[in-house]
Amino acid sequence: MLNITQRLNKKILDDDVEQVPVRNGFGEGLLEAADNDKSIVGLCADLTESTRMKAFADKYPERFVQMGVAEQNLAVVSSGLASTGKIPFITSYAMFSPGRNWEQIRTTICYNDRPVKIIGSHAGVSVGPDGGTHQAIEDLAIMRVIPRMEVIVPCDAPEARKATNAIAQTSKPTYMRLAREKTPVMTTEETSFEIGKAYEMWRNEKVDVAIIGCGPLLHHALVAAQELAEEGIGSVVLNSHTIKPLDIETITGLAREAGAVVSVEEHQAAGGLGGAIAEVLMQTNPVPMEFIGVKDKFGQSGTPNELVVHYELDAAAIADAVRKVIKRK
Amino acid sequence: MLLEAGSGHTAGPLGMADIFTLLYFHIMNHDPKNPSWEDRDRIVLSNGHICPVQYATMARAGYFSVEELKTLRKFHSRLQGHPHREYLPALEISSGPLGSGLGQAVGMAIGERMDKGRNTDKYIYALLSDGEMDCGIIWESAMLAGRDKLQNLIAIIDRNGIQIDGYTWDIMPLEPLKAKWESFGWHVIEVDGHNFRALDEAIGEAQSVNDKPSVLIAHTIPGKGVHEFERDYHWHGKPPKKEEADMALRELRTLGGRVVSEHE
Repeated sequence: MLNITQRLNKKILDDDVEQVPVRNGFGEGLLEAADNDKSIVGLCADLTESTRMKAFADKYPERFVQMGVAEQNLAVVSSGLASTGKIPFITSYAMFSPGRNWEQIRTTICYNDRPVKIIGSHAGVSVGPDGGTHQAIEDLAIMRVIPRMEVIVPCDAPEARKATNAIAQTSKPTYMRLAREKTPVMTTEETSFEIGKAYEMWRNEKVDVAIIGCGPLLHHALVAAQELAEEGIGSVVLNSHTIKPLDIETITGLAREAGAVVSVEEHQAAGGLGGAIAEVLMQTNPVPMEFIGVKDKFGQSGTPNELVVHYELDAAAIADAVRKVIKRK
Repeated sequence: MLLEAGSGHTAGPLGMADIFTLLYFHIMNHDPKNPSWEDRDRIVLSNGHICPVQYATMARAGYFSVEELKTLRKFHSRLQGHPHREYLPALEISSGPLGSGLGQAVGMAIGERMDKGRNTDKYIYALLSDGEMDCGIIWESAMLAGRDKLQNLIAIIDRNGIQIDGYTWDIMPLEPLKAKWESFGWHVIEVDGHNFRALDEAIGEAQSVNDKPSVLIAHTIPGKGVHEFERDYHWHGKPPKKEEADMALRELRTLGGRVVSEHE
């Protein structure tokens, strides 16, 4: 059953659920955060409209720097700005930032301990027709291994708005990943968001499996949970929007209760949320686990739905993974 | 320092000693007792491997004791092998991987201008190596500084002609370097990197340019002051042995035998 305490969108599992790109929530959140804090500045590598930084740039042109197609420079200039007391938000496609500028992020932002907020849009295979070059599915792995970096994956536009306001107030280097396409709005203004605090979106009375996910694929996880419940398999769907710092307490407790885990993310199956969960559970409470993610492959052109199905990230694949992991208990 | 450390770079630090001396003791507004003073000028060392000369200059300027210089590259030392501001917060940036200092200086210059407007008299001095000009990111940063006419940014290139694998003209020819920077919208001054008067005038000229960032191409001699080390790229990345260090210090302290050293 949907977790009513989180006041999720009532139409969440309806066919006509409202669909909005996650990145829109970032654009709204950035404007709010900038209204509240004059030290927030924005830098973009020639993708101001599509990363939703345009509203900020139009309202605060004196606080916006157009960087051109220069993602390495995007990282280092933001570090310099942060050293003068600014809170820089830097945007590009995730494939290019943090994809192209990893070393600059490591050295000039994290090693220097600068509160730069790296926003990687158009992440995941659901970017669709642009093809594999533009589908960042390694970004979480390369960001979460850098000391000091916090890593956040909002599941929908309202969560992105809240996450943007939240990260604007920390002194930490942060990576936040956004999706391009319209995806179901699962949360509402009332749904909680706290960095590092996972929350349940779904829980059956009997819990046979914990489905722990992040990002828009959580909608597929919820559809799978509903389908599985009809077969008599009970689950919890946990929104682990913060991959670092991971909510170890909640995840370990849930794994202990359920006895089996399925991780869900639009990323390589290796190195992302699933990898982070497995690292923790192997040390605290090892249980059988299956990984929903891209299995060591690159993406390709197609519609978002075709690709999500092809790479076995959809509700049917999640349900299959649940049936498989339960047999391993 | 390098002898005690047992590793490190010899040629670059000696070649930049004059420029560091001029900046810390004559040009810059700074306060060694209050390194985070808001109105300070900033030195941004991009080619972090020449940090021994920055550490030595900072010690002489009063940031920390001269005795501490012997901890260079040692476990728990504040004087990391490449600069790390977590250990030594008086440093403006951590650096080592080449190419990233100019962009950080650009960010600082933009930040200053956002706060103080175009007429800010706080200068950002970005110290770069010539080998670093091989990095694409240098030109990304140069293009942005030129477009935004960052007049409070002054870059100084250590044009010593050497990099790890050989002479710059053999590895990756940079000339015409002056024309390259001019075409990116910078005011360029070529200067003898060992002539205090010429350097002082060049920096004064750079400060007076109010519609462009400026860059000094400072012609220096790697290993300057020690005949054995001078102009030899093999001294880029290795420290002297005991006898070589003794010889080098004697030569530096006596100006090659022309004066009597007070250390003798």
